[in-house]
Amino acid sequence: MPPEATSQKWNIKTGLNGDFIFKGITVVFAFSILAILLIMVYEMAGESLPAMKKFGWRFITGQDWDAVQGTFGALPYLWGSVVSSVLALLLATPLSIGSAVFITEIAPKKFGGVIAALVELLAAIPSVIYGLWGVLVMAPWLQQTVQPFLIDHFGFLPFFQGAPYGVSMLAAVFILMIMVVPIITSITKEVLLAVPQSQKEAAIALGATRWEMIRMAVLPYGRSGILGAVILGLGRAVGETMAVTMVIGNTPQISLSLLSPAYTMPSVIANEFAEASSKLHSAALMEIGLILLAVTLVINALARLLLWSVTRKQSGGGL
Amino acid sequence: MTTKVKLENLNVHFGNTHAVKDVSIDFPENSVTAIIGPSGCGKSTVLRSINRMHDLAPSARVTGKIILDDADIYDKGVDPVSIRRRVGMVFQKPNPFPAMSIYDNVIAGYKLNGKVNRSEADGIVESSLKRVALWDEVKDRLKTSAMELSGGQQQRLCIARTIAVKPEVILMDEPASALDPLSTLKIEELIEELKEKYTIIIVTHNMQQAARVSDFTAFFYLGELVECGETRKIFTTPDKKQTEDYITGRFG
Repeated sequence: MPPEATSQKWNIKTGLNGDFIFKGITVVFAFSILAILLIMVYEMAGESLPAMKKFGWRFITGQDWDAVQGTFGALPYLWGSVVSSVLALLLATPLSIGSAVFITEIAPKKFGGVIAALVELLAAIPSVIYGLWGVLVMAPWLQQTVQPFLIDHFGFLPFFQGAPYGVSMLAAVFILMIMVVPIITSITKEVLLAVPQSQKEAAIALGATRWEMIRMAVLPYGRSGILGAVILGLGRAVGETMAVTMVIGNTPQISLSLLSPAYTMPSVIANEFAEASSKLHSAALMEIGLILLAVTLVINALARLLLWSVTRKQSGGGL
Repeated sequence: MTTKVKLENLNVHFGNTHAVKDVSIDFPENSVTAIIGPSGCGKSTVLRSINRMHDLAPSARVTGKIILDDADIYDKGVDPVSIRRRVGMVFQKPNPFPAMSIYDNVIAGYKLNGKVNRSEADGIVESSLKRVALWDEVKDRLKTSAMELSGGQQQRLCIARTIAVKPEVILMDEPASALDPLSTLKIEELIEELKEKYTIIIVTHNMQQAARVSDFTAFFYLGELVECGETRKIFTTPDKKQTEDYITGRFG
């Protein structure tokens, strides 16, 4: 170590140099987060080893989940998680962007502020309340009104076949949509507020109407941020446990029909961990947890890659 | 020389601030008029009332008349959007759309009129970029992001974007103040050429620039028009003492 480094470490008057201690503490904190993640992955991988050994890749491709027989295939759960989240996001994204545009660009300032506060309030509601409302109010409504309508008019499509149960993939999609809208809306709102006045004026000065200004200047400028908001919503949707468990019907099957019940990865973990008596069963649940972790990590990595490629194209200027 | 834009008793208030006071002035067609004055004298505010930019600010109130050709642009029933297509604007800081290519930036405003076919768009992009002397510099990379251009090129791109809409009047709000001397020179040469086709009103705090590019000069102080007239006269034998003090650098 060069002499100046040592002199920085030790202060003649007080002994230790404050900056050095502070740096050390922050480094420890920063790495402890990484360490927690690594330990978690290590532990989960270790715990799920029996299931990995027994089933190999068949764990992911298999569709049978029978604790009594001791066969575990997680594909229905993967399917349920991915389909419910992606569909919820497809519905929530336009809704959220629309609300955010209304709040920032169209509503009078005070009114927009009230709406924004209400939207943020929605994000703070515990998910079990969404679930309760979903199972007691929304599911019966779906069963009696929406699903019969879909069966009557769109029953020729594979997505709307079968009996109306109420609790179903459709219910999960709706409840997730309602839950992710506040998140995407409030982040998109912040993104849109950050669009510089000069960009809006550029469009207006070219003779753009307000809508044309939003389409031409506001949304394109904020697109990478909006994408980030959507991805955060996806993260929330994939990991959401309680509300989905209450409305999805918890039946491990792969069906194209949105009317049939399904099951998700977080739901099966929540429902079965208490009764997982055999080593293999708990190992299987642990492996599902590991897959869930991997899926969320991949989603985030993809999002960052996407964000990075978008921002890189725009770099060199005001961004 | 015919008058293109005529301000009659223009007043602009922002909340309780009286920013522009009873200004009446004529801007002649196909010429460059410079608006000069110290910071906060209302020169940008005057400029921005000519394309109804103040409509965006809820606290702004504009009274008086601004007559473009022969109609008041603040008349009830006048669509500000149609005014802005006739009165283009170039801003202080170059503000191309970062998510668009060079090509798309130029055609962005023109496309607002409706669908444009490919060859028509190509023609407009080429002629607009040629007019601002940017064509040779960018013709091989029209599809790259506008943000890859230098500041001076970006500003010329913004001027190309403005003239692609085929306006009659171009407002320029200190268009060269964020640029280096060489880019400034190019913008000034461009202004000289553009006045053949357009009526140009330019706000500048650079008096040499006003003297170089403009045919007429208006001097503003504290929201009031002090004096206006031919640039040569304003800069050599102004009528008012205040004007002389300002252009000789005694204040402001």
